[in-house]
Amino acid sequence: MNYADEFRDPIAARGVLAAIARVTDEIGATREKPVHIMEICGGHTHAIFRYGLDKLTPPGLEFIHGPGCPVCVLPMSRIDECVEIAERPGVIMTTFGDAMRVPGHRKSLIQANADGADIRMVYSPLDALELARRHPDREVVFFGLGFETTTPSTALTILQAAADGQTNFSVFCNHITVPPPIKALLDDPHMILDGFVGPGHVSMVIGVRPYDFIARDYGKPIVVAGFEPLDLLQSVLMVLEQIRDGRAEVENQYSRVVPDDGNPVSIAACAEVYEPRPSFEWRGLGEIDASGMRIRPAYAAWDAEVKFGVGYGKGPRLVAEPDGCRCGDVMTGRIKPHSCPQFGKRCTPEMPLGALMVSSEGACAAYYQYGGLRLEEAL
Amino acid sequence: MCLGIPGRIVEITDARRKLATVEVMGVRRQVNVACILKDEPIEALIGTWSLIHVGFAMSRINEEEAALTLDVLRQLGEAQAEIEAMKASERMLAS
Repeated sequence: MNYADEFRDPIAARGVLAAIARVTDEIGATREKPVHIMEICGGHTHAIFRYGLDKLTPPGLEFIHGPGCPVCVLPMSRIDECVEIAERPGVIMTTFGDAMRVPGHRKSLIQANADGADIRMVYSPLDALELARRHPDREVVFFGLGFETTTPSTALTILQAAADGQTNFSVFCNHITVPPPIKALLDDPHMILDGFVGPGHVSMVIGVRPYDFIARDYGKPIVVAGFEPLDLLQSVLMVLEQIRDGRAEVENQYSRVVPDDGNPVSIAACAEVYEPRPSFEWRGLGEIDASGMRIRPAYAAWDAEVKFGVGYGKGPRLVAEPDGCRCGDVMTGRIKPHSCPQFGKRCTPEMPLGALMVSSEGACAAYYQYGGLRLEEAL
Repeated sequence: MCLGIPGRIVEITDARRKLATVEVMGVRRQVNVACILKDEPIEALIGTWSLIHVGFAMSRINEEEAALTLDVLRQLGEAQAEIEAMKASERMLAS
């Protein structure tokens, strides 16, 4: 691995890195008193570690890894409810592969599958709908999860099922939205964040206006970023320049993919099928107002919570995390992944205890995978 | 899941359901193109590059952007995972 291979434009990367070092210095940030920038999206977290960007940037700049990995923030109670539905007679549960190993209180989906439940990995909710067509005698449920990037896919699949009259198909909806947890983090009295790198593909769907409150009400900069290492570095520089200049604005570094107003077809499909829940539970962060979506009553025939009588308000909710798990502290930036006593011991990607170790987009899994393999060594 | 993958639309398979075949790193699969369809006949999409997220074309991109994005996804190991998930899903449906 070397620098020239990693960056398509190494000269530009060196220039941006030099500017980041200069502006960090101008802000007066130091290793002892760093400037804290949160990358919200799990894909960005993965890229930062893969390219070692946190090691290439100065010690006065600290990345805080945000709650933007949908698998990681899925509460155990929702896994329990998913397992409960999967274990019903006649049900085929379908899910993205990422969700299979997320621990529940009783078991994960992979354990439920080993115990006899029919659980199948699919690439797309469209494949779950196709499975329902091929098995009219079975109830096919899709475990719908993800942020705004994947919400339109299940909304459009439900609309297709409704148009086709496919009634043996339903969605167990766990879709969540980015802005409410950001507001919750900003309202936290221990909050230390100075600015944000905004998610690229979530913004491709919702546009950049939903972040206005971050700049307007909290006085913090946010720059929506692409996924190439140079995109990320440029976005970090834009955030730092805002901090140095005393500005707080919503900027769009990824305008080649992100229209300011988002994707109108996606937004319309989501508004047709979904409505916000009063609140939704986030692993490590607790209940957050209006942060999760549910299926509107007009589409109740495709809502697995209604069909199987499972879900919010149907039973006591156990919110406790596994003993010793500190995912919540990692997600709010209070500790680093390797500061958790379970890291790499009781909690590894093969046998995750906490959700941040499950997905490649989780901060703990990224630390574990790339901890000893850094770009700086090749410089 | 959230990163998606670039693909090129090669054929319209079901105009009513807005379904098309895309080619992603040499692998073909059906995707829904409703989100990138503007005021135009659906056939106009043939040859268009798009970011594909879990079976849905979500954003038109140009060929250069597609190539750059694929490079990053390969380096992150996400491109291989995405293709594997597509193939596994197809095998599951065929079984």
